[in-house]
Amino acid sequence: MPPASLIAITLAVPVIGAVLIAACHRFPDLREAVTLVTSALLFACVAALLPQVLDGARPALHLIEVLPGLALAFRIEPLGMLFALVASGLWTVNSLYSIGYMRGNNESHQTRFYVCFALSIAAAVGIAYAGNVFTLFVFYELLTLITYPLVTHHGTDKARSGGRVYLGLLIGTSMLLLLPALIFTWQIAGTTDFTDGGILDGKLAGAALAALLALYMFGIGKAALMPFHRWLPAAMVAPTPVSALLHAVAVVKAGVFSVVKVLVYVFGIDLLAAAANMDWLLVVAGFTILAASVVALKADNLKRRLAYSTVSQLSYVVLAAALLAPLSIVGAVMHIAAHALGKITLFFAAGAIYTAAHKTEVSQLDGIGRRMPWTMGAFAIGALSMIGLPPAAGFISKWYMLAGAMAISHWMAVAVIIVSTLLNAGYFLPIVYRAFLRAPAAGEHEHPHGEAPLPMVIALTLTAAGTVLLFFLPDVPLALGRQMLGGG
Amino acid sequence: MSVAPHLPALQVVVPLVAAPLSVLLHDRRAAFLVVLAASWAAFAIAIALWLQVNDTGIISYHMGSWAPPWGIEYRVDRLSSFVLVLVAGVAAVVLPYSWTSIERELPREQHYLFYTMFALCLAGLLGITITGDAFNIFVFLEISSLSTYVLIALGRDRRALMAAYQYLIMGTIGATFIVIGIGLLYLQTGTLNLVDIGQRLPAISGHRAVLAALAFLTVGLSLKLALFPLHQWLPNAYAYAPSAVSAFLAATATKVAVYALLRFYFSVFGATAVFLQLPMAELMLVLALGGMFVASTVACFQNDLKRLFAYSSVAQIGYIVLGLSFDSVTGLTATIVHLANHAVTKGGVFLLLGAVVASMGGVTLARMQGVGRVMPLTSFGIVLCGLSLIGVPGTAGFVSKWYLVLAAMEKGQWWLVSLIVLSSLLAVVYVWRFVEAAYFKAPRADLVDAREASPALLVPAFLMVGATLYFGIDTSLTVGAASQAASALIGAAR
Repeated sequence: MPPASLIAITLAVPVIGAVLIAACHRFPDLREAVTLVTSALLFACVAALLPQVLDGARPALHLIEVLPGLALAFRIEPLGMLFALVASGLWTVNSLYSIGYMRGNNESHQTRFYVCFALSIAAAVGIAYAGNVFTLFVFYELLTLITYPLVTHHGTDKARSGGRVYLGLLIGTSMLLLLPALIFTWQIAGTTDFTDGGILDGKLAGAALAALLALYMFGIGKAALMPFHRWLPAAMVAPTPVSALLHAVAVVKAGVFSVVKVLVYVFGIDLLAAAANMDWLLVVAGFTILAASVVALKADNLKRRLAYSTVSQLSYVVLAAALLAPLSIVGAVMHIAAHALGKITLFFAAGAIYTAAHKTEVSQLDGIGRRMPWTMGAFAIGALSMIGLPPAAGFISKWYMLAGAMAISHWMAVAVIIVSTLLNAGYFLPIVYRAFLRAPAAGEHEHPHGEAPLPMVIALTLTAAGTVLLFFLPDVPLALGRQMLGGG
Repeated sequence: MSVAPHLPALQVVVPLVAAPLSVLLHDRRAAFLVVLAASWAAFAIAIALWLQVNDTGIISYHMGSWAPPWGIEYRVDRLSSFVLVLVAGVAAVVLPYSWTSIERELPREQHYLFYTMFALCLAGLLGITITGDAFNIFVFLEISSLSTYVLIALGRDRRALMAAYQYLIMGTIGATFIVIGIGLLYLQTGTLNLVDIGQRLPAISGHRAVLAALAFLTVGLSLKLALFPLHQWLPNAYAYAPSAVSAFLAATATKVAVYALLRFYFSVFGATAVFLQLPMAELMLVLALGGMFVASTVACFQNDLKRLFAYSSVAQIGYIVLGLSFDSVTGLTATIVHLANHAVTKGGVFLLLGAVVASMGGVTLARMQGVGRVMPLTSFGIVLCGLSLIGVPGTAGFVSKWYLVLAAMEKGQWWLVSLIVLSSLLAVVYVWRFVEAAYFKAPRADLVDAREASPALLVPAFLMVGATLYFGIDTSLTVGAASQAASALIGAAR
């Protein structure tokens, strides 16, 4: 099959899936089956293009010219390939998990949930495959809007106010900063195509360059750079599968993915290294890493702690990319995959705990590892990956980031990474300790429970295994990262 | 004898004749059919003219074969053919809708009068757009205005009478200013033909009376197009008129007034007089910004959705006028493309609100609680149009915003860029007031059993919603025509 039509099919599969899911709303079993089949099919479509991309091909699809010279166009380069693989692959696991979670908690509006989920993934794949900033922007906004019903799923006052923060910050940053950045890029470069080596070389310098960079970096609110990070904890009012796939993988990774993509393919590493002052970005990213970790340290609500951990981990990617060192950029790419697997495991575990034990606070978790050994075992692996210890994938990405920072003797970045590693350990290890080594609190026996429903346990075991597997077999993400820099 | 050469005349004559015909028929069904046929014919003629202009350039039609500047000339160029298609197209969609809509809102014995007035209003709006004669513009303006007053007064709510009266006063003041402006121009140039005036003006362009004429025309037309702060008549008029009328007016009436303003500014006075001798650009800029921010803010506090979207219209007119204040091809493109984009968006909103009126009996936020549950299609349509008002990519509103921001950047005015995007965030606020009421609250106890309105209302409404989305993705029609019209206007003015 020609790659262009495969791209079109890849984008169409989740949309058609969403329509079928809506059509099956009277038959829950059939509806969930459609979700599973759609997600598997999507993953197969994405994976089918991987060998070509690894061989250096850049499949492209020109859909329609929206404004003169400005088209909805797709072009798969290594970074987009990786993001699409991660998002679609984890959607498969997450669909399995959702079935257990939504049924286990008797959630309402399940059809709407699955429909919006499928459409969110379609938007994420659109972002991954975007061939120019314009297309990326279109799908970026769609992703914000289509995830809104998921964030506010419960329809309570709390959900509504969480939704306000979510939408306000994401739409606000993208409309106020990203849109002008996009239009400005188009005006000075005459194109917004993602091009190896960037499109701004020789067209912009000095203060204007710095201003455009700032517009992009803060405009991509999904990357959750402080002070525009508050939407992420606000989004935690959503059901846990949403937090797991969207607010640990699809939405936030769309943010850092866009950041890396803009730095590499719009500005160009060489232009930035030669002409731009990147220090402020490093400082902002470093501050976000540390400050978010400190907040996470103090958070007792498990999902809130995970959310701030995500804010912190996202800024690793921004920091590593902003260092502009080849090794650290490979580390940034690797971290997109590594953090996704680790963090979705942690959220799966949090959701499993909520479903089985109805517990949401860290302080309630004493001794829970004895009742839920699989869940908490997976949680421990996810935690290792966050801290950056072997044998978890997070170790590899951190290794590359540190190596990159050291190679250019950027000691501030090195210090930030090391201090934050300690902080990560400080807020994840106590949970593992409580779960396995402390005795359950008195009165605990009133509510006997075991593991969460089987689909959930299978899902979180799979992602935990993936986290370990990626440590031993990191070749694909690393190869994609190197290819991106190789200009291939 | 072939009709083809007489299409420009028929464009106005067909709906104009349909009006007395429907009075004579006196039967609501017959009147409806006559006016429906007339409006569809007008749409077909508008498309034919559009194609012809694209093919052969400007069409100049001499009424009664009297050569201009003595006789009355009808003149179809890229801009006017664009507006003709827009107005006739909206009428062709709204009229079938009104059959079912006024069934609930007007007493049956008034129906044939409604169709009569609708035909007159359509004829007037088309006439303003197609004519090349200054006095003719005034005449058609009065035809459309008088019929509009009646249409608004037909509203079921007794406050409609007050709204119509308010508009009557303001509209008459506006018309007076316009006729004084035209009179002054006639006094100075001795001609009423727009092209002829345009050719004679440069010789006397610094003359006080000419500048006074410009001032009178600006104020008069600004009243008709509801430019802030002359918009006071608009919210009540839209809120209390029958739903079909709100939709038709929101989509066409102010747009045609903007067209007339563009025509006078760029084709008659030429940019030199307007933008160099007087600080018109600055004036328009300030008023546009005032509209964008004040009206949007007021919209955020409205509890009646018709009023809310009426204030939103005032804000959107701010965008339209802002575009023309740039005096550049990109800015004018933004203005013209937003004429169309805003017309289909607001047309869609008001048609959908009409469907809500039909099912739930009103459109206050309190009444519409939980409408997302009882009327999922309708409220989803309103959300889509709302996204277009915000300017989300994939909707028509995004295209307009793109060109506005681009025009501001071309002038290097970054503060304006930030104001434009900031004001679109205000749209998020007022649109989300609807979203939260519709989807987060339970329906009122007495309205739980409300259902979607009949397809006769929903199909026309979703034609507009579809157009809103379509013009956000494929813009070759709108942007193509708008940029050509803008270049032609600027080219003629230079």
